[in-house]
Amino acid sequence: MTVRYRREASVAFTLKINGTTHLVDVDSDIPLLWVLRDVLGMSGTKFGCGLGLCGACTVHVGDNAVRSCLTPVGSVGDSAITTIEAIGLTPQGAALQKAWLELEVVQCGYCQSGQIMSAAALLKSRPKPTDEDINAGMSGNVCRCGTYHRIRAVIKHAAGV
Amino acid sequence: MDRLLPTEQIADEAAVSRRIFLQRTGLLLGFALSGVSADPVFAAPASRVVENEVTGAFAPNGFIRIDATGAVTLIMPSIEMGQGVYTSQSMLLAEELEVTLDQIQLQHAPPNHALYVNSIIGIQNTGGSASIRAFWTPLRQAGAVGRNLLIAAAAERWNVDPVTCRAKAGVVFDASGSKHLSYGELAEAAAKLPVPLAANVKLKDPKDFTLIGTRARRVDSPIKVDGRALYGIDTRLPGMKFAAIAISPVLGGRTKTLNEKAALAVKGVRQVVNIDEAVAVVADHMGAAKKGLEAAAITWDDGPNRTVNNAHIIRQLEEESKQPGVVARNDGDAGKALAGAAQRLDAIYQVPFLAHATMEPMNCTVQLRNDRCDIWVGTQAPTITQSQVAELTGLPKDAIKIHNHLMGGGFGRRLEPDGTLLAVKLARHVDGPVKVIWSREEDIQHDMYRPYYLDRLSAGLDAAGKPVAWTHRIAGSSVMARYYPAYFKDGLDPDAVEGAAQPPYELPNIRVDFVRLEPPGVRTSWWRGVGPTHNVFVVESFMDELAHAAKQDPVAYRKGLLGHNPRALAVLSLAAEKAGWGSPLPARHGRGVSVQFAYGSYTSQVAEVEVAVDGTVNVKRIVCAIDCGMYVNPDTIEAQVQGGTLFGLTAALHGSITFKDGRVEQTNFNSYRPIRIDEVPLVETHLIKNAEAPGGIGEAPTASVSAAVTNAIFAATGKRLRILPIDTNSLQA
Repeated sequence: MTVRYRREASVAFTLKINGTTHLVDVDSDIPLLWVLRDVLGMSGTKFGCGLGLCGACTVHVGDNAVRSCLTPVGSVGDSAITTIEAIGLTPQGAALQKAWLELEVVQCGYCQSGQIMSAAALLKSRPKPTDEDINAGMSGNVCRCGTYHRIRAVIKHAAGV
Repeated sequence: MDRLLPTEQIADEAAVSRRIFLQRTGLLLGFALSGVSADPVFAAPASRVVENEVTGAFAPNGFIRIDATGAVTLIMPSIEMGQGVYTSQSMLLAEELEVTLDQIQLQHAPPNHALYVNSIIGIQNTGGSASIRAFWTPLRQAGAVGRNLLIAAAAERWNVDPVTCRAKAGVVFDASGSKHLSYGELAEAAAKLPVPLAANVKLKDPKDFTLIGTRARRVDSPIKVDGRALYGIDTRLPGMKFAAIAISPVLGGRTKTLNEKAALAVKGVRQVVNIDEAVAVVADHMGAAKKGLEAAAITWDDGPNRTVNNAHIIRQLEEESKQPGVVARNDGDAGKALAGAAQRLDAIYQVPFLAHATMEPMNCTVQLRNDRCDIWVGTQAPTITQSQVAELTGLPKDAIKIHNHLMGGGFGRRLEPDGTLLAVKLARHVDGPVKVIWSREEDIQHDMYRPYYLDRLSAGLDAAGKPVAWTHRIAGSSVMARYYPAYFKDGLDPDAVEGAAQPPYELPNIRVDFVRLEPPGVRTSWWRGVGPTHNVFVVESFMDELAHAAKQDPVAYRKGLLGHNPRALAVLSLAAEKAGWGSPLPARHGRGVSVQFAYGSYTSQVAEVEVAVDGTVNVKRIVCAIDCGMYVNPDTIEAQVQGGTLFGLTAALHGSITFKDGRVEQTNFNSYRPIRIDEVPLVETHLIKNAEAPGGIGEAPTASVSAAVTNAIFAATGKRLRILPIDTNSLQA
């Protein structure tokens, strides 16, 4: 499925997001974050710091968790982008979302999209993560409410370790 | 915006309009409980979103709306910022109303002092760990009023005595249980009955609670795990533009030069707005707005605050605190007792300016028209925001529509309307709605900070080591004087001395006073834990110094001063027991304790730390005992203890905002460091169950943790830390 834009001017980028192809006309150095949120209206991916320091904006490009605030839209190419809105369609995402509710991880919730995206990438590469794996995979994601205890528990719960 | 709308969205404009309509009319929050959704754009199915004023509904008070379809809407007087209040306040209502949590939908309360004032704060604010304390009874009464009316309507229909009927899960049953009517079926009839006085309805005996006191599921979790939850920053309106801003880096400064042409040359940039105190670049999306702001290469005229720096502020506090302040408490004769004491201790403590750094940066969307101003924001202070926007615009208050939102963290930052006022000033120059988003750097550098405090303490011990004199002088800014001037009486700020004027201990001769000193060029405000976050650190650290001087165990010493205070003694004993107080630890490991009474709750924490030879502090475990009286949801309490502890620990380990040449030196999460998952200690919660009045919980662990940790560091190293944040260099072996 392709979404076309009203504007006649040249279309700059083709993005494959959550299985849908979008054509967006923005400068190539515009961060993917703002294309998702503002141009395409997908507000589940959050802005936190703009420097890749907090992980609130984490999405997947291919199988990799990336910080969309630092990812120029022109660098994505034809890689598949997955966001929080569709991570539940992957086995890791579905398991995590279910576990996230079972263990009541959420507080304000603002960082949780990014936390889930990082956790899903972690579980894909390390299906049975150790505490060290969790530290390595999740320490780029900041939570000011302090849900870290439950994030660690929920990753283990979803992974069955 | 329009030119970038994809055709699919255009085809679905009906849905857009519906959501916009729902937002505009205050229908902000809906819950779909299905869990997983791949629908990217629209937050909630229409059936889960309710209108502010439901036509023809049963609306016996400000908190309950039931319509003929059976939709139950609960209106939340306090705003959700992570503390779980939408779940716990729903539980209070639902317990007495007799509905289940999966039958309800929620709505943020609009600004309405008469309906939604927090009786402890005196304003329709969410803060001060006061939401449950203030609404424990009113929400139960509101629920009971609703239930009584619905039962009365059913009894009238069946021509039976209401006392023979009962309600459960949104249905009224007769005595036999064979007849039943749903709340939806009864709503219209119940709406016609006279509403009893809330104070006259009989509330459930707490032993009959089926919901209050249980680990009920959070009502806001499902929409927060799949991106559907809408925060202020997610506001999206037809024709809306996006603004990136730069605020004068020095308070009171003005723009000197900017390259408007370069900003406008950026693709997607529409407009540059310069209001001297700040510049906004307005664009089709934030990416273009930020790029345009950078291109504008703004320079500033810093103004008179350009010389402000931390060293000056601290020196001034040191000087001014040498003179007596306004007395907060003066029992006995501390001066005489000090002079006659067998042993005397003196200390100066200092705590830094702190930023809030909510995960959701400051933002506000405004549509300003001639006769109306619509504001989309997450605010802890809806009525204050409304009043101040009215004052700024000259519009009447009822023309200021506050569309409140879930908040990506509050911590006191969103008690201040400064971000909204700035957005309104910018919106004056923009046609149509504009969303202003602060960068993280703007958010940290233009916060309203927890004040820097400098405290002078002296104590006298008798020959047995008991304190016979205690004096504590607090010097710093008064947030209260600015924010709640009515509570600032005769120069005394009751918040600045909270936790200091009434320590839990038996202190026969005690004098506590307050020296107000407003730092130039710095805006101060509420920060999670307010007064006690500062004072409990100071009091509990100094108490530890007393125990050491008396050559006594810190727990045993405190117990000796708590004979008159059984609830404080109980949390201390429980925390010490669960932490294994007194059991041996390896070298450079230590345990530290703190005890407090604040926000109506008793808290004690024991921290266990290891200090490496290079000074690195590894906080390994924190045991927290809490007595908050009757409680609503123990799972929420555990979450608040975990999170509140980490919030305080982050500050103790890393938190400091400093000024140089009028500017804040910290910029982002690299220089204003949050704690991360790899630094987190075990946190254990031990909850005391009793029938005392409910106490607050959101701030208690934040206030008590710092002293527990620095006392543990003292136990591990012999080094007393009197200044926060912890200086690890001073802890090298």
